[in-house]
Order: sequence, then C-alpha cells, then structure tokens
Amino acid sequence: MTTVTAGIGGVAEPAEPAGVTVSPAPRHGLRTRKRKEALLAYGLLLPALVLFGAFSFYPFFRNFKLMLYETPPVPGLPAHYVGLHQIGQTLTSTQFTQSLVTTLIFVVLVIPISLILGLALAVAAHRKLKGMAIYRMIFSSTVVSSVAVASVVFGTLLNPVVGLLPWLGINPNPPALESTTWALPAVAVITIWQFLGLAFIIMLAGLQSVPDELLEAARIDGANAWTRFWRMTVPLLSPTIFFAVIVSTIYAMQAFGAIDILIGPMNAVRLHTNVLIYNIVNTNSPALGNNTGQAAVMATVLFLITLGMTLLQMRFLERRVSYAR
Amino acid sequence: MPAEGTAGTTENTGTFVVTDLQPPDETSPPEPPAPEAQTAAGVPVPPRRPRRKLRTLGSYAMLTAFAIIILFPIYVTIVNSLLPPDQLVRQPPPLFPTNPQWGHYATAWTSGSMSKYMATSAVMTAIIVVGQLVTSILAAYAFAFLHFPFKRTLFVVCLATLMIPLEVTFITNLDTVTSLHWFNSYEGLSIPFLATGFGIFLMRQAFLQIPRDLQEAAQLDGYGHLRFMTRVAVPLARPSLAALAVFSFLGAWNQYLWPLVSTGGSTPLYTVQLGLKQLLGTQVSQIPVALAGAVIAFVPLVILLLIFQKQLVRSLTAGAVK
Amino acid sequence: MAQVSFEGVTKCFGETAAVDDLTLSVTDGELLVILGPSGCGKTTALRLVAGLEELTEGTVSIGEQVVNDVDPKDRDVAMVFQSYALYPHLTVAKNIEFPLRQRGVDKEERATKVKRAADTLGLGALLGRKPAQLSGGQRQRVALARAIVREPLVFLMDEPLSNLDAALRVQTRADIVELQARLSTTTLYVTHDQVEAMTMGHRIAVMSEGKLKQVASPQSLYNRPANTFVAAFLGSPGMNLINGMLVESGPSGTEPEGAPGPGTLCVAFPGASVPLPAEVADFVRGAGPDVVLGLRPEAVHLSSDGSIGASVVIVELLGAETHVICTTETGTRLIVRQGAAAPRPAIGESVRIGVAPDPQAYHLFDAATGERLGPS
Repeated sequence: MTTVTAGIGGVAEPAEPAGVTVSPAPRHGLRTRKRKEALLAYGLLLPALVLFGAFSFYPFFRNFKLMLYETPPVPGLPAHYVGLHQIGQTLTSTQFTQSLVTTLIFVVLVIPISLILGLALAVAAHRKLKGMAIYRMIFSSTVVSSVAVASVVFGTLLNPVVGLLPWLGINPNPPALESTTWALPAVAVITIWQFLGLAFIIMLAGLQSVPDELLEAARIDGANAWTRFWRMTVPLLSPTIFFAVIVSTIYAMQAFGAIDILIGPMNAVRLHTNVLIYNIVNTNSPALGNNTGQAAVMATVLFLITLGMTLLQMRFLERRVSYAR
Repeated sequence: MPAEGTAGTTENTGTFVVTDLQPPDETSPPEPPAPEAQTAAGVPVPPRRPRRKLRTLGSYAMLTAFAIIILFPIYVTIVNSLLPPDQLVRQPPPLFPTNPQWGHYATAWTSGSMSKYMATSAVMTAIIVVGQLVTSILAAYAFAFLHFPFKRTLFVVCLATLMIPLEVTFITNLDTVTSLHWFNSYEGLSIPFLATGFGIFLMRQAFLQIPRDLQEAAQLDGYGHLRFMTRVAVPLARPSLAALAVFSFLGAWNQYLWPLVSTGGSTPLYTVQLGLKQLLGTQVSQIPVALAGAVIAFVPLVILLLIFQKQLVRSLTAGAVK
Repeated sequence: MAQVSFEGVTKCFGETAAVDDLTLSVTDGELLVILGPSGCGKTTALRLVAGLEELTEGTVSIGEQVVNDVDPKDRDVAMVFQSYALYPHLTVAKNIEFPLRQRGVDKEERATKVKRAADTLGLGALLGRKPAQLSGGQRQRVALARAIVREPLVFLMDEPLSNLDAALRVQTRADIVELQARLSTTTLYVTHDQVEAMTMGHRIAVMSEGKLKQVASPQSLYNRPANTFVAAFLGSPGMNLINGMLVESGPSGTEPEGAPGPGTLCVAFPGASVPLPAEVADFVRGAGPDVVLGLRPEAVHLSSDGSIGASVVIVELLGAETHVICTTETGTRLIVRQGAAAPRPAIGESVRIGVAPDPQAYHLFDAATGERLGPS
C-alpha cells in the first residue's frame, strides 16, 4: 500500500511498502519538492528573462562595444577598433553639442509648463461638483493621443494656409514650423499638449491622496485657501510631484515623433529642432548618417543624462520628502 | 429637584439674542433668518448667500475654459476633416461644417490605406498585449508564490530593464531583428516587446494581495500550481490584469520610434502612426483626408478611455501614490 | 460668553437627513457629550458647529452670533479629529504653532504660547519630532495642544479616544476632563462609548438616526430615560425591556399569582404579571394598554416568589458579579445581575424573577411611541 503526499506542486511521494523500515524519505521528499519548485519557477521566468536578455541587456552592453568600433560604410565589411577616439570625436562634433543644447532648451520648455498646467487642471477638477467626471475625462483624454495624431492635429493648426494663426492675426513668415526660432517651441507645445493628460492623471491621484481631514484641520486653524494650498497641499504632494518630474523628464528626452513627422530629418538641424534622440536615430539610419558607432556614443550620453537627472531628483527630493511614514 | 431634560426639548439656558453678521454700528434690521430661527424649528432659511453661488459658477467657468482649450485642437481637426477644400482655405476658417464631406473618411480608409494601417496596428498590438500579459503573469506568479534561489536578484534584474531606454537598445535590436530576417515584419514589430518589467511589477503586486489562507486552502484541496494560477490567482487579479492590458495596448498602439526604424523597404509594414505621416502631404486638398485619418486613429482610443478609464488611471499611477 | 446652540437644525445628504430638526443648547463652560451609535448624526452635528458642513435648515450659533455662513476659520473653534489630523510634514512644535501663525500672532508670543500648551500636555521633550515618530497617545496630546494653544471659544472633539488602547483611554479620559475643567472652555464631545459619556459629560445628548432623543445629566439619563432608545442604550448590560399590557387585577378572574390584591395595576405578558407599586401606578393609570416595561438588571433578582417565570439560558461569571440570562416562555430575554455571593442557578433551571419594590426601578414606556409614560 502506498501513501501519496501531494504538495501544491503535485509531487507524489510513494512511501516504502509495508514491512520495510522507513529510511529518511521525508527529507529527500522535501528537497526534491524544493528543487521541483525552483525548476518550475525558472521555467515560468524563462520567457521574460530570455526576452530581457536578448532585447534589453544584450543591446545595452553591446552599445558600449559599438562605441569603440568604427562603422563600416557598407554593411558586411569588418568594423575596426578605434577605441576612445570615436567617443571623443562624437562628443566634440558641433552636431552633437548643438543637439545637446536643443534638447536642454526643449526639456526646460516642456517639463515645468506641463507640470504646472497638469497641477492647475488637477486642482480645478478636484472638487465635489456635479458633472466633474466629464471634466476629468476631458482633461485626461490627451493621454490616449499618439504622437502621430498630435502632430497631425497641430501640424494642421499651424499650417500657414489652413491653420488658425492667420485667423488670430498672426502671420509668421516663415510659417511656424519652418521658422528657426519657432519650430522648437511649436514642437514643445505639441509635446506639452500630448503629455498633459498624463500629467493631469498623476497630479489628480496625488491630490486625492491628501487626506481631507488635514485640510479641514488647517481650515479650522485659520488657514485660507491660498495658505492651505502652498503650505499643506503642495508639501504633501511632493512625492507625486517628484514622480511626475521623473516621468516627464523621460518623456521629454524621448520626444521624437513630432519632429519626424512635421519637420523631417532634412530640416531638423537647420530649424534647431535636432534634439539628441532625433540625432541618434538619424545618425544610425543607413539612409542618413549611417554611423552606428557615433549613434551608440550619443545614445550612451542620452542614457547617462536621463539617469543622472533622475538620480539628482531623487537625491534632492528625498531630503524634502523626509516626513513620509 | 434639579431640572431635567426630557426627550426632544432643550434645557433652559436663558434667552440669547440672535443677530446677523453686520457690524455692530449698522442700524438696519436683522436679516430674516434670525427671527424665524427663534420662533419655530424647521422653517427653512433663505438659500445660500449669493457669494457661494458665485464661487461655484466661477469654478464651472474656469473648468469649461480649460476643457475648451484642451479639446479645441481635436474639435478643429474633426471640423476640418469634413470641410471641402475651398472652405478650408477660407479666413477665418469655419467653425462648423455646413457641408460635411464624409467622403474624406472613405478616402482615408481606402486610397489613404488607413484600413491597412489599422489592421497592421491591430495585429501588432494584439500580439504585444497578449505577450506582455502572458509573460508578466508567468513571471509574477513565480515571484509571488514560489521559493527559489536568486529570487530577489532576478526580480531586481526584471525591474532594471525599465531603466534601459529605447534609444540605447534600438540600435542593436535593429541589427538583431535584421539578422533574424524579421525586418519589416510582425515578428520584428512585436517580439522585442513581449515582456515588460512594469507588467511583472504590477502583476506581482496583485498576486501578493491574495491572502495566504487562500493558497493554503487550495493546497489542501490538492490544487497544483497550474490550476491555482488559472483558477484562483489570475481571476482574483483581474483588475490589475485589465489595467496592464490597457496600459500595454496604449503603449503598443502609440509607438513611433521602433516601427519607424524596423520597417521599410518597398512594401513597408506601416502602423497607423507611420501611416498618418504618409497621409500628411503638403497639398491643401490632402489635409482633410489626413485629418480624417487622424480621427480614425484617435477614436478607438477615446472609446477605450471611456470604458477603461479606471484601469488606465490605476496603471499610470502605480508609482505615484504610496 | 461661549454658548453653542442648535435651533431646528437639519442637514440632508441627498435624500437622507443626517441631522433632523436638532434643537440643543450648550451652556458656556459646559462639557456636553453627544452620544449615539454610528450613523446617528453626532459627527455631522459637530461638523456643523465647526463649519465643515453647511446646514440645510435652521441656525447654529456660537456665543451670541449666528454662524451659519461664517467660515470655519472665523468661528474661533478648535477641533480634535478622531484621527488627530496632525500635519505630517511639520514638527510637533510647528503643528502646535500653526493656528497662531494663521492668526498673525507675533513670533515671541507664539513661542510662549506653544511652550505653555506643550507643557500643559507634557510634550516638552517631543517638540522637535515629526508626527510619524510619535506613539498614538503622544499624537493625541499634540492634537489637544494644537487645539488649546489658541484659547478658542469652543472645543470640538470627535471621538478622540477611539484610536487609543484601553489603558491609555482611561488615563486620557481623566486628563481631558481635568483640562476642560481648568480651562472652562465650552466643549462638545462626540462619542459612541457610553462609559466615556457617563464619566466625562456634564450633560449628555443622546442621538439616534439624526434625532435628539434626550439631553440631561448622566445620572438623570440613567435613572429616568425618556424613551426606550435611551433606556436600552445606557447601562451595561442594557435595561431589560418587556412588551406587555396594563391590566388591572381584580375579582374578574385575572388575578395573577402573588398579587397584592384587587385593584392593583399590573403589566401582564405571557407567563407573568408584574404588579406596579402604587406611586408608579398612579402616574400611568389611563395610559393605553400596550406598554413596554423596563427593568434594569440590577433592579431584578431571583426569588421564589418573583412575579416573572423564566428559564436560565446562560450564567456569566464576571468575578465581582454574575449575570444570569433567562428567557420567558415567549422568548423575551431577561438579564439578572447579582452579586458573586448569591446562589447561582443551573442552566435550564426554571426560576422566578422578582422586582425590587422601589418605584424608581420601574420604567414604563408607551409601546407605540417608545416615550416614557407619566411625568418626568
């Protein structure tokens, strides 16, 4: 007669037949069970890990290698090692430094404005009025817009012939999207509009996490609405603001589609809209820059800048968000 | 005997005068509420003072103004998509289509190839969403319910992928995809994205919410892991699953960079996003068609938002609020 | 003068009236407890005084002034919330100081007042800490300090002790009473705990479903409840309430066992007929036949010639006393409280329950309205 012990792994352990002394079967059973569990776990993790390995980690590390090799003009030819020379060359090229400056301006335009507007919308929508659900829906609606849709929409608005600016009396010459001064701000507006839905959602969630009782206590203690906002809500909102800044930084640094659709690789540099990521893509593209090595260098720089900004924000805000729990 | 209270009445505390809030040196008679309140209980006071109504009105005005500003670009897009070219160039442009050209939508759909682009996007997105859900569920299950060596390290590894940005990986991924003959194909479009650290994080959170008692009861009932996963864990984690699905859908549908670099050639496999770029020509007559295309691309997502707003918000704020 | 008064106050949330036609006055310097089960409207009533809710009808006055439309910050009230509502990003000192800053008190005076409030509540050593670093009891004291630092006209307290553990609760209860007595500030104190109410309030206002049931001193509420709700709510274990009919015992054959004689008014219910003492009978003669008889557990005892027959269901031994829980033949539960020394019946035993002869032990209420019969 065999007895079967089944754990949640469905492992059946036959006991010794009657009449035979029981050897340390239980301990073997446990170890086998643990091994089976581990195997199952690795099996479940395998798809994700393989994908991560192939498409995240391998490219990440290979990028470092790519930085050090000169790209052959025609694919198939061997690439030869140039070491740090390529890195130095890329970092000092005017195209690179210009794209850095452009990116910086772009980020400075996009991040503060989208966050302030997002917060303003969230504050406006954080009331118990009738029909508030509709307003919240409207304010968050841009979160589903894609870069292409936003570009088409705004591209048309800014179109010199059919756009809205002539109606407002503004007749820029050259038209906004072909102007060296206004092209980047125009792209910034598109990016802000598109990001606004997400900024709103994040800020609203943050506002909703501030306990009502605290604001009521402040009210009883004599604080007016302005004081309550600046000395209560905003400090208590700091983890949310922190999160929003990080998300918007990543977003702004990767904003790419609008430039590609509305300005295009040929005009990007001339119109001062050659942000770093656009530069990278074009440099890598066989049809344009065809220089994977340089693209890899710039990609690393972009990564380090984004990482650095994120870490800086974490350090800076960590000090101010010290009350948490 | 000391005075005692009985049900419904108050103790006698002496009379006191109820005055209104005007400064003491005003000689105008007290406002109606005061004498009424002194006499009978239950007599209604006049409606709230006007200043409170004004404040509410002001709020609505501000909210509507904001809403108009945000919706305006979309509204103009829809209007313009329905205008015949001659009306389009008029200054000022009409704010309402008197002669709606529904034909533009048909054009966008057929000769503008929107139907093809939508189909491509749909297939790619479906593959990615299903892939992300499956890989996330499997991996999260392991992290939440199983014990194995290096568990914590592997989890950190999965999260670390979130720090590796697209701009760094696309270069090599393009080479990988090309060498696998996946350039300009559905495989190339979707396979790199079949797993996501965010999805694993979200589903692990959801699985961790399942009480230990439930696991142990299932264990006693003889459930194997597979049955537990499919019959208990996944159904209980449905809200997070929906949130992840919506988030993945949005991310996949709206992608631009990767489809751009991984498709090409003579018959490029364009998604909706790339297709819109094609539609946007320079001729004025093409513009309404391009706008119609944009509306076609946008509308399904708005419907998605209307239905799944809660789930979407949940996934987007997963890191914002502790 | 800081009286608080409600005149015909109603507050509706949608269709439901959370507070229904409340008329109540709190005298200057009094600690009035508003007591009731959850959902009875007590917290809403408190918030109406604070100005955190707008009332639908009626007026609320503080001092001589109707404050219906006055903003909370101008009402000169201080509130202690159930969850303390301490500002988590400010230190204890800054928390206490906050109300003073809002009123433009200058720096030196602020420091003095904060110190005084902190010392009163024993918070001197904790001034530099943040709320997250404090224990529950400490947080509660900070909330109190913040309330007293302003020396307001009225204190409003919303179940301030409910988040504390039992031992701390007893201690803090006494501290609050002492503090209030010392400061003589009019205080409205909301709780669902009758022990708190009985030990702390000068008077207690009992509320249920938005309505005021009775307001009186604790002892009056206990001895002369005005309706069945108050009767059942106060007292632990609660008062025994029995439905019955007023009958006159007479030669017509309705003579109950052991009746003192014909012409006596009794409350009759299946299995028993309880004769009423003459003083009580005089007041209720003429009332409708359906009544509710209320007898406190300590007013009844097991005795062989008691007027109520019942059988014992549970005997609870509590050390200093014993609760004998019985049911009559109709299933009415009666609790008898007796001393530890009294003989304990067995479970299932048939017993007879007698009532003390003291007229104060008998409470009679109209069965339909629940109101007390006879003069108060």
